[in-house]
Parts: sequence; structure tokens; C-alpha cells
Amino acid sequence: MENTADKTIITVVGKDTVGIIAKVCTYLSENGINVLDISQTIVSGYFNMMMIVDMNRAAKSFVECQKDLDAIGEQIGVSIKCQKAEIFEKMHRI
Amino acid sequence: MINIFEVNETNNMVEHENLDVRTITIGISLLSCIDSDLKKLNQNIYECITGVAKDLARVAKEIEAEYGIPIVNKRISVTPIALIGGAACKTPEDFATIADTMDRAAEAVGADLIGGYSALVSKGMTKADELLIRSIPIALCRTKRVCSSVNLASTKTGINMDAVRLMGEILLEVAERSKDRDSVDCMKLVVFCNAPDDNPFMAGAFHGVTEADAVINVGVSGPGVVKTALEKVRGENFEVLCETIKRTAFKVTRVGQLVAQEASRRLGIPFGIIDLSLAPTPAIGDSVADILREIGLEYAGAPGTTAALAMLNDQVKKGGVMASSYVGGLSGAFIPVSEDQGMIDSVKAGAITLEKLEAMTCVCSVGLDMIAIPGDTKATTISGMIADEMALGMVNQKTTAARLIPVIGKGVGDTVEFGGLFGYAPIMPVNRYSCDDFINRTGRIPAPIHSFKN
Repeated sequence: MENTADKTIITVVGKDTVGIIAKVCTYLSENGINVLDISQTIVSGYFNMMMIVDMNRAAKSFVECQKDLDAIGEQIGVSIKCQKAEIFEKMHRI
Repeated sequence: MINIFEVNETNNMVEHENLDVRTITIGISLLSCIDSDLKKLNQNIYECITGVAKDLARVAKEIEAEYGIPIVNKRISVTPIALIGGAACKTPEDFATIADTMDRAAEAVGADLIGGYSALVSKGMTKADELLIRSIPIALCRTKRVCSSVNLASTKTGINMDAVRLMGEILLEVAERSKDRDSVDCMKLVVFCNAPDDNPFMAGAFHGVTEADAVINVGVSGPGVVKTALEKVRGENFEVLCETIKRTAFKVTRVGQLVAQEASRRLGIPFGIIDLSLAPTPAIGDSVADILREIGLEYAGAPGTTAALAMLNDQVKKGGVMASSYVGGLSGAFIPVSEDQGMIDSVKAGAITLEKLEAMTCVCSVGLDMIAIPGDTKATTISGMIADEMALGMVNQKTTAARLIPVIGKGVGDTVEFGGLFGYAPIMPVNRYSCDDFINRTGRIPAPIHSFKN
């Protein structure tokens, strides 16, 4: 199993609308953030996406990216969270 | 690879079930600050605390942002001040100046509370111990962040009944001095039997003399997470119930372990322990009493409560121990009254009494916690309640404590507001029969026979 501990998890939750993935991915590519994995579901009409990304070569700091993504989320009416993967790894893996 | 369901589960715990890290507490040894000149001593203490803890608030904020886990409190605990101030302090007022210094230092580094205005007197009181204890009312009433604790008993030494008697009087004095604010300063004072050296929770945190120069201790929380998990196993047998609690406690504790390791790395201070306590807040859904109700009791306090709590406490430890490399502190379920909406509901419904709470303290961490009692309760009666709690800890070889709040000017039927995380509490009736002649005996209760293990 690949270790994701040093990776970052981006979650997007909100009302489904056209172009959510495009908007987020455009931001990520413009800032040198590599997407490693995407999974997405719709739960009772709500868009639910998780991305595993590598921010080691990101153009901006973690906190700046967090703020930018937050602002993008507000624009398109979804909640975007950006967290280090380690917290999930620790909680769900022994 | 982590999957979307696991990520959602974790984020749900934070967003909907009140999962948080209750506190990062830096323990700081002040032994190197000792000086016989009071001014110099205060200066040393200020420099030491602000030096070691200068990055505490910043690091906590960083961790909070990067992992998306709220860190509710940033705290400091120091070496019991009775040991530090002994050489310089000749009066209670001298000691109180140290409390002022602690308060200023905590504020300077952005710490919410600072503990360690303490004395360890389980067998006897030194002159310094007694001066410190007598200074507690002055110190607590003129500082905002300072917390005080006194260890009155231990399994190895027995109960120092002279100190128990004195603490009944001191508690009433603290209540009297803050009577215009519903005697709230009493919540910054706790008495212990078998006080742990590495407790990160207030008001009882102090940095024990067995500890290194500085250490990071972390207290996790998560009653809401346990309750939500139990909602899914309603009607199942005890095996399923216990497994569910253990699994949940494991997950909650892992978050604490991660935060503790990160805080330790970023601050350059060694990791001490994780405290596995289930710590409630007055927020809806963040209640230990609600877990007991989910387990099957109409109210906390109903027959079966002690058994349910014993089981809960044990499973939390079993799940948590494997999740952390070092466990310590109090580690168990807290059952404060004012800080737990479910407990407040029980009191209001008449489902729980002080006597039942006392029984519950035999099987969980700590003891009679955040309980408002009538302001006209006699000092000897308070000492009697403290002595009972100390006896439970001494005989059962566990930590017990009492944090009672005699609310001056109020009686049974009244409610008292403490504000914020401290909640509110209906005043509980106290047994009205006297224990004067028992409390007024001098000396100490000897250690129990089973403490002689050598």
C-alpha cells in the first residue's frame, strides 16, 4: 500500500454544479500542485470529492493554498478543505 | 491508500460530533528559577515561562490549520509553586505575587490557563505549603488564568486531615471573595488524592518534580464521537457495545497522538503523555451523560449508572492505550456537572444526587467536579465531602478530586452561570447533618493496609 502520509487531502463538498472539478484542478495546475488520485460521489444530490495531491512543489505555502481554495469554494458555493493526509492515515491505519 | 469514506468519517467527527484536541499543555519545570530574593524569583519565573512557551500559540494554530482539527486550549503547567517560592516567600501576599507573575506570563504567550499554583501535602505541610494554601484566595481572586490545586492524600501516605480541614475554610474564603460573580473563582481550585504529575487538564495540572525541564502533554476529547458511534449499535449486546467504544476511542486518541508528536517536534520539547479522558463541554452532543443515556439509561444517575460508567471508562482506556505510545494524566471519563448538558438535565430532573456522583467517582477519572452547592454550607461539611472523596482515591489506589463551588448567597433551586466552556449548574442539596467533631480532630488518617507492598 502506498504511503500517503506526506500528501495532502483536498475535500470538496456541496451542491452539485457544472465545473467544480475544472475550477479546482485549474487552480492546482496553475500552482504546481500534482493530483495523484481523485474519487468522487454524489450523496443525495450533494457533490462529494476527495483528491490526494502532492504539494511538495507548490508555488505557494500550505496556508496560502488553503486560503485560495477556501475563496474558490465560496465563489462556486461549495466547501473546500485542505488537510495533511497524515491525520486520516493515523486515524484509520494501525 | 486513504479512501473517501475514511476522510468523510474523520471530517464528520470534527464538523458534527465535536471532535477536538481539548488541550496542548506545556509542562515547565521552575526548579532552576528558585531564588531567596522575591523580585529576582518572579523575574526568573516570568523569563522561564515566556521563554519555553513562546511559540505555543503559533504552533497550535499551525497544527489546527494543517490537519483541520480544532485545538481548544493552549495551557501551561509549572512545578508546584510551594516548592519554588519557599525560600523567598514569608507571607501569603509574597506567594500571591508569584500568581501575578504566572498570570502575566500566560497572557504574554497566549495561554488560556496556567496551572501549578499548588502544594503537595498528602502527609504533612511545610511552612511554605501552608503559606501558599493561605494565599490561594488572594491569588485566585486577582488573577484570570491561574489555577490552583492541592494534593491532600495518597494511597502511600494516607489523608492529611489538617490540610483537609484547612481546605474547607479556604474554599469558602475563595467563594466569599468572588461572591459578586457567583463565587466563580472556586472553579480554578481543585483538591486531589493521588494527583498525577503529568495531568494536562485544568484546574489540576501541575508539572511534577519527577518530570524533565519541559514536556508536552495532550488531552483529547470526543464524547460526541463515542455517542454517535453507539447510536448505530442500539440494542446490540455488551460485546458489540464495548468493541464500538474501543474502536472509537482508538481513532480519537490517534488524533491526539499525532497532534502531540507534531507539537513536540515543532516546539522542540519532548512528548510526555496523552491523557485519554473523555472530556465533555456544555455544547449539545458533547456530553458524557448522553453516552450513558445512549447505553440505555433514562438519565445519568438512574440505577445502573455506576456499572455503565465503569464499562465506558474501561473501554475508553483499552481502545486508547494502543493508539498512543505513552498514556498518563487522569485518563478516564470526566463527569463534571456544569460542563455537561446531560448532567445538568439529570440534576434538573432529580435523577442524580451528590451521593450517586460520589459513587460514580469510584469508577471513573477524577471526582466531584464542577458541582455548585449552597453558599451557606459549613466549612466542616465541605471538608467532610473532601475527606470522603480522598478516602475513595486512597483505598482504590486511583486519582480522585473535588472541585466544589459553594455559591455565596444562593441555595437549592437557584442556578449559577459560569460562562463559556464552564457552563452552568443548578445548585445541588448537601446532606445537612454535621461532621464537625470528625473534621476537628487533628492529624492524619494512616495509609491503608494494602499500600504496604514492599
